[in-house]
Parts: sequence; structure tokens; C-alpha cells
Amino acid sequence: MSLFEARGLACRRAGRLVFDQLEFALEPGDGLILRGPNGSGKSSLLRLLAGLLRPSAGELRWAGGAFRADDPEHRARLHFVGHLDAGKANLTVRENLAFLAGLLGFAELREAALERFDLVALAELPVRYLSAGQKRRLALARLELAPRPLWLLDEPAVGLDATNRLHLEGLIADHRAAGGLCIVATHGDVSLPDALVLDFGGAAA
Amino acid sequence: MIRSLLALLHRDLRLAFRHGAETLLGAIFFALALALFPLGVGASADILARIGAGVIWVLALFAVLLTLERLYQSDYEDGSLELMVLAPVPLELLVFGKCLAHWLTSGLLLVVMSPLLALLMSLPAEAYWVLPAALLLGTPTLTLIGSIGAALLVGSRRGSALTALLVLPLYIPVLIFGVSAVDGYLLGLGGGAQLTILGAMLLFALALAPPATAAALRVALE
Repeated sequence: MSLFEARGLACRRAGRLVFDQLEFALEPGDGLILRGPNGSGKSSLLRLLAGLLRPSAGELRWAGGAFRADDPEHRARLHFVGHLDAGKANLTVRENLAFLAGLLGFAELREAALERFDLVALAELPVRYLSAGQKRRLALARLELAPRPLWLLDEPAVGLDATNRLHLEGLIADHRAAGGLCIVATHGDVSLPDALVLDFGGAAA
Repeated sequence: MIRSLLALLHRDLRLAFRHGAETLLGAIFFALALALFPLGVGASADILARIGAGVIWVLALFAVLLTLERLYQSDYEDGSLELMVLAPVPLELLVFGKCLAHWLTSGLLLVVMSPLLALLMSLPAEAYWVLPAALLLGTPTLTLIGSIGAALLVGSRRGSALTALLVLPLYIPVLIFGVSAVDGYLLGLGGGAQLTILGAMLLFALALAPPATAAALRVALE
């Protein structure tokens, strides 16, 4: 029995079949790389696994039990980092992270979240002064806010410099070493050692 | 769960404070537009007193409408809305928090300003407490109903104009009972029943608007 399984998943958007008969099974510590051309359904799969989209067929299982992706219990075990960085332009980096920590139910912001992506020096700066890569680091810092077993990352390294890409890879490696799952859509700028690969091919009809 | 709600409330109030001019837009519009009436219809005290309650209520509707767009649009555009939907608390609770923050920075200002505006419209002395009381019960309902409209049109171009079209008809009952409560007291007929109905509408909106808004927001993110 795998920790996280998808069976026969299909996704239909605006009447068009994005993918169907999609299957995977992940054990604790596994990484899964989603690869494929633009528009092939990588983001749709991640949004579907996060519960933002509904599958048109198939089922998801966690530790053997089937669940709906919009189940509140499922939301409490995942981190989703999408294309949008979700930083409020007029709040500082620290205020943004403190809000997210509160939203996730924590009273205090863990300093580790600022340290991992070298945000300490930027902490008191309003987000509107940050560059695209710095905003990305702010978005990724939320992975450190709360321990969650499942990470869903949509092209997490876009805009990151080489140093921070290494920080990200280190963070993912630590997460997997602790038994966490990580599903990443990427065009090859993040490497996950011994990860499974789900190829969306060129089937974007 | 309460912590998530407080975090959201704290963030929204802080943002409202930082965008001072934008936040006060509704209240400034309210005062400015009202100041035009004595100029437009003449400064005769009995005409102003007769139309005062109605004018103040209509302008309150527009003032709330003006500020509705900021309710969900910016959270939708920057991705914060995704985080709220994915937060480990019911989205309905967070919607309630958003509405509360919106009311504290829009409707409440109108309530506080209203005695002064009653004076401007030469309303009799009873109006100094009836009008704020009616607005106190009515403006949260306006925010809650408006929240459904704002959520339905989040992400669409020309959202604010469409929101007005969608929401204004739903504001009519609040307007009718709000005005008749104030007029009832001013004419000595008593408006207690109307105030009770305003309160009932608020309770109804409190129960109905959060789930309807949450459903609309989930659809917007699909």
C-alpha cells in the first residue's frame, strides 16, 4: 500500500480533455517530477491534487483511504506553491510570512522560514520593492512555516539564482529524507535525485 | 481556527490602513456627494429634511458599492486567494473575516459620520440616533450581500460595473426598510418594526452570504 496514490485520474478543462488514465503511487520520501511541454497539464494536475480543481474521473488515495481532493483533512497535509507568489505589495516580507503562519494556525513566525532563502536582510522591506526572484523566495519560504507531508510545487525555481536553487534543492532533499512527498512540475531547472518522472509527452491536443 | 481568522482580520485592517486614500474613498464620496444636495435642491430646510433620510441611504449604498471591488480582486490577482482556499480552516470563516474587515473600514465609517450628515440635511434631532442605528444594522448587510456579487465577478474584466448591476437590486429591501425606519421615527409613527426587520435581514445575510461567497470563490479558482 502506497502513501499517496492516483488511479485513473482524468481532467477536463473547458470541454477539452487535458489528460486521462493518469496513475502514480508514491512511498514516503518519494519525489515525482512532472515533465512536458507548456499546456500539457502539469499545472492542472498539481491544482487537482491540491483540491483547487475537481477531477472528471479517477480517485486519490492517502495511506490506502480514498478521499476527495477538496477534503479539509487533505488541505491540512499539503503545501501548494503555484505560479502566483501571493505576496501583498504593501506589507513587508515579515508581515506577509507572519500572516501566512497565522493563517496556518501558528501564533509565531519561525525565523527558520526567513533564514532558508536568505530573507532576513529583506525582512522589513515592503514586497513591492522586491525583484521577481526575491518574491519567489518569499513564496517558497512558506514551505518552512509548517511541516506538511505533501509538497506540490509548480515550477518553483522560476526566477531563482543558482544559490537559491541549491537552497531549494536542499530543502526538498531534507523534506524527502524526513519521509515527505514532493511533486514538482519543472522544465529541468530543479533536480530531484532518484525521483520518479511522469512525462506528459507532446500529447497536448 | 480563530487564529486564522484573526490573522486575516489583522492583515486586512493593516492593508486598509496602508492604503488610506483608497479606504476612505467610500466615506469621502458619501460626505462630498451629500454636500451637493443642498446646493442642487436649494437650502430650504423642510425640503432637505423630507428627502434627507432617503438621500443618505442611497448614498450609503453607493459608498459601499464603491469599495466592494477591493474585497476579493487583489487577493485573486496576487494568489492570496489560493492560499485562503487551501488553508486548513473553512473558507466560509475566512469570508466572514474579509467581510468584517471590509465593514469596519467602510460601513462603520458611514455610521460614525451619519449624525453629522443628518445635521447637514436639517433632519430633526431624533435622526441623530435613529439614522446611525439603522445604518449600523443595514451596512453590514450591504457588505455581506455585496461580497456574494464581488466573489461571483472576481477575475472578470469590468467587474466593478457588473457588480453594481448585480448587487444594487438586492440592496433594495435594505434601502426600503432603512429609510422607512428613519422616516417612521421622524414622523412620530415609530420605526421599531423596521429596525427589527433590518436586524432580521442582517442575520439572514450572515447565515447565507459566507457559504454563497465561498462557493463562488471556489468556482473562480477552477
